[in-house]
Amino acid sequence: MSAEISLYHQFSGFALDAQFRMEKGVTALFGPSGAGKTSVVNAIAGLLKPQKGRIVIGGRTLLDTDARVSVPAHARRIGYVFQDARLFPHMSVENNLRFGLRRAENPAGESEFAHIVELLGLGHLLARKPAKLSGGEKGRVALGRALLAAPRLLLLDEPLAALDAARKSEILPYLERLRDEARVPMLYVSHSLDEVTRLADSVVVMRDGRVAAKGPVFDLISDLEFAAASGVESYGAVLDASVASHRGDGLSVLSFAGGALVVGRVPKEPGARLRVRIRAEDVMLALEEPEAISANNVIPTKIAAIRQEAGHADVQLEAGAAKLVARITQASLVRLGLAPGARVFAIVKSVTVDRNTEDL
Amino acid sequence: MLTEPEIQALLLSLRVSLVAVAAALPFALAASVWLARARFAGKALVEGAFTLPLVLPPVVIGYLLLLAFGTRGPLGAWLLAHLGIRFAFNWKGAALASAIVTFPFQVRAIRLALEAMDRGLSEAAETLGARALDRFVNLTLPLALPGILAGAITAFAASLGEFGAIITFVSNIPGETRTLPLAIYNALETPGGDLEAARLSALSIALALFGVALAAFAQRRAARSIGR
Repeated sequence: MSAEISLYHQFSGFALDAQFRMEKGVTALFGPSGAGKTSVVNAIAGLLKPQKGRIVIGGRTLLDTDARVSVPAHARRIGYVFQDARLFPHMSVENNLRFGLRRAENPAGESEFAHIVELLGLGHLLARKPAKLSGGEKGRVALGRALLAAPRLLLLDEPLAALDAARKSEILPYLERLRDEARVPMLYVSHSLDEVTRLADSVVVMRDGRVAAKGPVFDLISDLEFAAASGVESYGAVLDASVASHRGDGLSVLSFAGGALVVGRVPKEPGARLRVRIRAEDVMLALEEPEAISANNVIPTKIAAIRQEAGHADVQLEAGAAKLVARITQASLVRLGLAPGARVFAIVKSVTVDRNTEDL
Repeated sequence: MLTEPEIQALLLSLRVSLVAVAAALPFALAASVWLARARFAGKALVEGAFTLPLVLPPVVIGYLLLLAFGTRGPLGAWLLAHLGIRFAFNWKGAALASAIVTFPFQVRAIRLALEAMDRGLSEAAETLGARALDRFVNLTLPLALPGILAGAITAFAASLGEFGAIITFVSNIPGETRTLPLAIYNALETPGGDLEAARLSALSIALALFGVALAAFAQRRAARSIGR
């Protein structure tokens, strides 16, 4: 499956002009509010008719204004999980879930229904009305309802934005499971870098109605231009790692393209793959290898690029094939005399390990 | 407890009002959907026309109905010749008059319910494969049910009290067009009929109270069915 999206629409005082491609997996549509993210997903779903545009998903043309093709929303088979869930208030959870299923071209069987109910933990909610659900439960029902309509693409418009932190962490693991099952490609709208780095395979950054940057999440998040394009404050590196061994002192060793990382005990078998995030603020730089230091992870790297901005400097580091980013002050930059090509040691203060699906 | 003519007036009132509301409902629904959704020049004018029965003197409505639906009126003659339907001087005419006078109550309540409805739900149904008619039947109608009920009950209550349009259009014929208000009027016109008028008025009040209670109950049930 791949998708080709090209949209142009002039709103009053705002123009949407976005082109990007999607491959399988999760693509994050990332950017500040007002960047036009929701307009993009509405156009893909067929709820917004752009003045000019072309949408081809999996070889099927859903919109081509030049050829006067526009498949109506009800025939597009695009799943849409709205920010506010939009469950039908007069129907039970079960009838909500079955709404799209009953109208699908090739309706999913009972085993698929049972599987989704199990996957999203909805079994005990089936008889309830939406008014009796918590925010997190509503989100899960909306997700299940969209999935059961057998969509060719799933749009998720900030499905977590309306939820508090506890509810978020209730839904995120389900989204991760869904991504790992890879049954349907997803376009995930978010303005939270945390969600994006946790879920996405690739990222499309939107700003002022345009695509400001795009690429695989591993490359893009540690890219210095990304911070400028997306305007995010807190960014860093996302690394693809695997469990190497469990040490006797309660720590685990992960290996990644740039070497090894020692982290708190990971509840996974050796060989299991994980996603690891290292925020730019959590990386210090040293010219010589420090010996007496509390940090567990000191990684030899080479400086690839430096970008200076208002008091701080973002330093992109190459550790083997992997990339890290360190955010240091400009004063430190000058004091250490750092320049591209120089060899430095990255001292990693903190590592966030994702895909801990075991401890759900 | 109740005399024969009293029971007759009561049952006739109920029948006329029930038929008036039920027959007008589909038209009220169509008009409400149209007014809630359509955008066109001169919409304010059309909206005004729909509230006209509320502001016109009922006598005028009865007179216009007599002109149009009397056996020699253009509509009345046609209906009689082609469909065998007669409105003049019978209970069906009373129901027609009631339906027209109370039409605005139904339209207003249903329209408010439609306009208060979350457009987003309809969009969600669309992305799930539901076409326009499907969405109307399975989403719009059930969600508008409290509004439809409210409109029907208000119209029913107003219809029970209709006097001017009925007496002008179909006269005051016992057992045929003499509903409760007309019976009260008749009693007052009859020497020594004061007690009868008082009894009928008490009956009207009891009926109104019962109607209000029923309306409250039905609304609560309907609201609960859509999860409010």
